[in-house]
Amino acid sequence: MDLRPNPVEAANWKGIWIFAEQREGQVQNVAFELLSEAQKLAADLNCEVAAVLCGEAGIEKQAGTLFEYGAARVYLIEHPELKHYRTAPYTRAITQLALKYKPEIFLIGATTVGRDLAARMAVRINCGLTADCTGLAIENGILRQTRPAFGGNIMATIISPNHRPQMATVRPKVFKKSKVKSQKSEIIKFDPVINQEDLLVKLINIVRDESVKVNLQEAEIIISGGRGIGDPKNFAMIEELAGVLGGAVGASRATVDAGWISAHHQVGQTGKTVSPKLYIACGIAGKIQHLVGMQSSDTIIAINKDPDAPIFKVATYGIVGDCLEVVPLLTKKIKELRG
Amino acid sequence: MDIVVCIKQVPDTTEVRINPETNTLIREGVPAIVNPIDENAVEEALRLRDKHGGKVTVITMGPPQATEALKQCIAMGADEVYLISDRAFAGSDTWATSYTLATAIKKLGKFDLILCGKQAIDGDTAQVGPGIAEWLNIPQVTFAIKVEVDSSKVKVERLLEEVNEIVEIPLPCVLTVVKQINEPRVPSLKGLMRAKKAEIKTLSAAEIEADQAVTGLKGSPTRVVKIFAPPAKGGGEMLSGTAEEMVVAVIDKLRERKTI
Repeated sequence: MDLRPNPVEAANWKGIWIFAEQREGQVQNVAFELLSEAQKLAADLNCEVAAVLCGEAGIEKQAGTLFEYGAARVYLIEHPELKHYRTAPYTRAITQLALKYKPEIFLIGATTVGRDLAARMAVRINCGLTADCTGLAIENGILRQTRPAFGGNIMATIISPNHRPQMATVRPKVFKKSKVKSQKSEIIKFDPVINQEDLLVKLINIVRDESVKVNLQEAEIIISGGRGIGDPKNFAMIEELAGVLGGAVGASRATVDAGWISAHHQVGQTGKTVSPKLYIACGIAGKIQHLVGMQSSDTIIAINKDPDAPIFKVATYGIVGDCLEVVPLLTKKIKELRG
Repeated sequence: MDIVVCIKQVPDTTEVRINPETNTLIREGVPAIVNPIDENAVEEALRLRDKHGGKVTVITMGPPQATEALKQCIAMGADEVYLISDRAFAGSDTWATSYTLATAIKKLGKFDLILCGKQAIDGDTAQVGPGIAEWLNIPQVTFAIKVEVDSSKVKVERLLEEVNEIVEIPLPCVLTVVKQINEPRVPSLKGLMRAKKAEIKTLSAAEIEADQAVTGLKGSPTRVVKIFAPPAKGGGEMLSGTAEEMVVAVIDKLRERKTI
């Protein structure tokens, strides 16, 4: 095994990078959130913020939006094998880029793509990696990365003092994106060397889930259904409220396990971690595994028949009642308000 | 088909204690279980073995008491288990853990497939599986919800945010599985008896020929510098009245907060 030397000369590594994850040619919101947060960190380090954008030829046109959110530089890697994310070619290309230009900090969205990529890159580069961060700060020139662990029961602050880049995946929706004109807008093109051995995994097909209308992790509003809705067909009522509010449909593990709805909707430890502006839990008891996935939402409304349901412990507003009565009423009243 | 499953023993409780000197978690004295998603990885390995032949080897890196987790895997039907245990491994982060597990796998010999749960419920990092793949220089597919082996390659369905992706990956490779892939079996009485009698083989740092400069806390690039309780969630408000009154009240509150 090739044990790469460590630690590195920290002074040779400068600037903050963010990974501009794109799906089907569109840069994901988490990239803009990272750019906004990176600028705060950059102010403390007196350095620049750059974005790494990978895709097939033509992805360059996405760079403009990255500049609008404050990237001073975009490292552009256009290559036919980078159209869709796959571990090996992405790891190869971005590792080569990072070893050439040496960023001090590299932030990646904690999506399925980001967590797959960052984990592999950190071993290849030989640097520290902190997963799913919800807080970032600079102290004595070092990145302090704070994240929940043990199902959100403790918070841990982690540093990588002697290795560069300091890498972290960052939970989507934790940081707010905001537009700010960057001082400059420079594009640096990079040609990676991608080998045959990087192309062993072949993408055969992408199966869309017609029931997913709004991406849960990107949604500002989520309406979730649990066993308490009584019957799979009652997800229609959840969907209707989600439709009126422009939100996404979430679900408890119990409903997914029972086959009431697809796994793409599952919120919680074995599903997705979400932190929308508004989370409405309908007929969800609130096991710790579910709470872990949604308790950082700004406002939580819980609707449940059982006044002792644990969901009420994390709820901003609790309604003890039958969701079959309360949810349609909520939909009706909101519709009336919106005329 | 020879399969290795990497599992982790995790605390069965949300109670955690912290060693203030090392800033690491004290696992002693806390009831421990097999990480639930790792049970799915074991289950998948057993099903593949039963279909294609071969053997299932389960390994874990941990303190001596992690033998209990391995015994459970024997009870489920694993053919061989190894505890990778040494003081030199204490305080490992995901980088050092993946190095140690990969080194042990190399030492144990040739394997067709390595399975891991997508993440452990204590650390929640999802970094060790891909790390092992990188150390072994073999391809990986994460978040598998369906696995079909066809001679030298595997067709894997991945559970992503909004879609499922179907990919094909050659053996040998590392797959991490999600909870939804299967329902882990309950050990049979015969399995439990076998587990009870089993002697668990332990492999030390020297036995797997690990480079101790890169194991444990010393070999870990990351340091935990602070552990604290999350800010307490402010007490919520229970609404009262008829369903209609409560609905009207909650809408007013959401409008006040400019949430809707």
